[in-house]
Amino acid sequence: MRMMRLRVDPVACDAFGYCAELLPEMVGLDEWGYPVLADGVVPPPLLDLARRAVRDCPRRALFLEAAERQGSDGARVSRGAVLGAGRSAGGNRPHARGPHAT
Amino acid sequence: MAIVDATGVRAGAGRLLACHVLHGRADLGAHLDVHGHLGRDAARHIADDVHDAGLTGRGGAGFPTALKWDLARHARRPTVVVNAMEGEPASGKDKVLLRHAPHLVLDGAQLVASAVGAGEIVVCVADDDPRGQHSLVDAIAERAPGAFGRADVRLTAPPAGYVSGEESALASYVAGGIARPFFRARKGTVLVARRRAMLVHNAETLAHVALVARHGAAWFRSAGSADAPGTTLVTISGDVAQPGVYEVERGQSVASLLAVAGGATEPCAVLLGGYGGTWIRPGQLGTPYADRALRAIGASPGAGVVAAVPAAACGLAEVARIARYLAGESAGQCGPCVFGLPAIASDLSMIERGDGGKRALARLAERLDAVAGRGACRHPDGVVRFVRSALDVFATDVANHARGAPCSSQARMPILPLPSRRASEAERQSSALR
Repeated sequence: MRMMRLRVDPVACDAFGYCAELLPEMVGLDEWGYPVLADGVVPPPLLDLARRAVRDCPRRALFLEAAERQGSDGARVSRGAVLGAGRSAGGNRPHARGPHAT
Repeated sequence: MAIVDATGVRAGAGRLLACHVLHGRADLGAHLDVHGHLGRDAARHIADDVHDAGLTGRGGAGFPTALKWDLARHARRPTVVVNAMEGEPASGKDKVLLRHAPHLVLDGAQLVASAVGAGEIVVCVADDDPRGQHSLVDAIAERAPGAFGRADVRLTAPPAGYVSGEESALASYVAGGIARPFFRARKGTVLVARRRAMLVHNAETLAHVALVARHGAAWFRSAGSADAPGTTLVTISGDVAQPGVYEVERGQSVASLLAVAGGATEPCAVLLGGYGGTWIRPGQLGTPYADRALRAIGASPGAGVVAAVPAAACGLAEVARIARYLAGESAGQCGPCVFGLPAIASDLSMIERGDGGKRALARLAERLDAVAGRGACRHPDGVVRFVRSALDVFATDVANHARGAPCSSQARMPILPLPSRRASEAERQSSALR
């Protein structure tokens, strides 16, 4: 099985937070409701859920890429599990743009 | 603003700025008098020469120039984009080059275009720099079409701003979009905007290319050190006797750069690179001004900004002020930048006011961790680097503020320069491109 890595296009992302609901094992939210992705490859048992999270992103901001293809920015910071803890997913979202703004 | 007019240019090692010493602004005649004509086969061996010279990009990232061309050669008819935007408020080197040595920049651009098979060269000068635009308009008009290369040359004036000089933002603008960075899933590949491949080079990098083409790699390496060959333009500002733009040999110590500008009047912390750069302590000024040595202390030459802030001034006040500016310069696209940078700036302001103290400091540390690496461009990363290194270098000021002690800097004038909005507006009115 190919090793996959989860990534987000931060320009496209509008903090809907569905990814953190669907895949809390890999996606936490920062204090503004934007996803913080766990480092490293998606564990194979979570791949189906990860694909679902990618499919269900209303902004098409989330994507999977083959892990060996990580480029020079392979050192993306992620502390998903830490930041996601103790906060309700998608709750704290000080965002003017609603789902219909897309 | 550092001094960038004729009186403020200091020749120093005098390669890029050699012409200025004799002529002020170099028109084509003066340029050819001082630097000579390009050899007939210069374009054919320039890629090898630039590789052997070890030339690296002078816009900030320090990427090897020859490597960038190797990537671009795989693209179909790339566009060469000349980045003379000078988004760093503490930098004056692009303006100096545009005003005093525009033909070196154009020579370099035309050599690159020949080397990678580009059909067009687009020179980007910010819309608040009419003098630079006029100088370029004149320089382009002086050069007979086709005499220096086959690529067409045009000038464009994207809106001034900290982030609009970021390479993907420029590429987007040149391709007909807005001057905002865009997300690239893979960096280290050819930059493509609206299906057009773009090779973006800082103006200074191209001026070096023009000289390497004339004098060769060994000549280039005869200045500087083995791992930091050549000269570079630095903008030295802050607490030095003669602030300005200097051409210096790379590889010498940071302290000797300050000495070139007349020396610092008291022990200084120094900001290196730009407002997305790194603060170093007075005790680190012996570090060579070279990529590898600076990387070892978490710094880089960046865009050549060297700003000295006296140890007796309050670094925190300076940093809080610049952080507020940087937060306002977000392109407004990525959430962690849009919300994170103002939050970071407001934490710094609270600490500066002695309001919130240790809790604000702890929250700031968390937010710096949360924002790093999460933008489409490196703007948030730069802010994090700038603030983190400041918290370290100015730890005493920060601790004093956090416990509400009075600040030593109240009586001092701001040291680090910021663009004045009103002046920029006036300059935009006299743009050459209206």
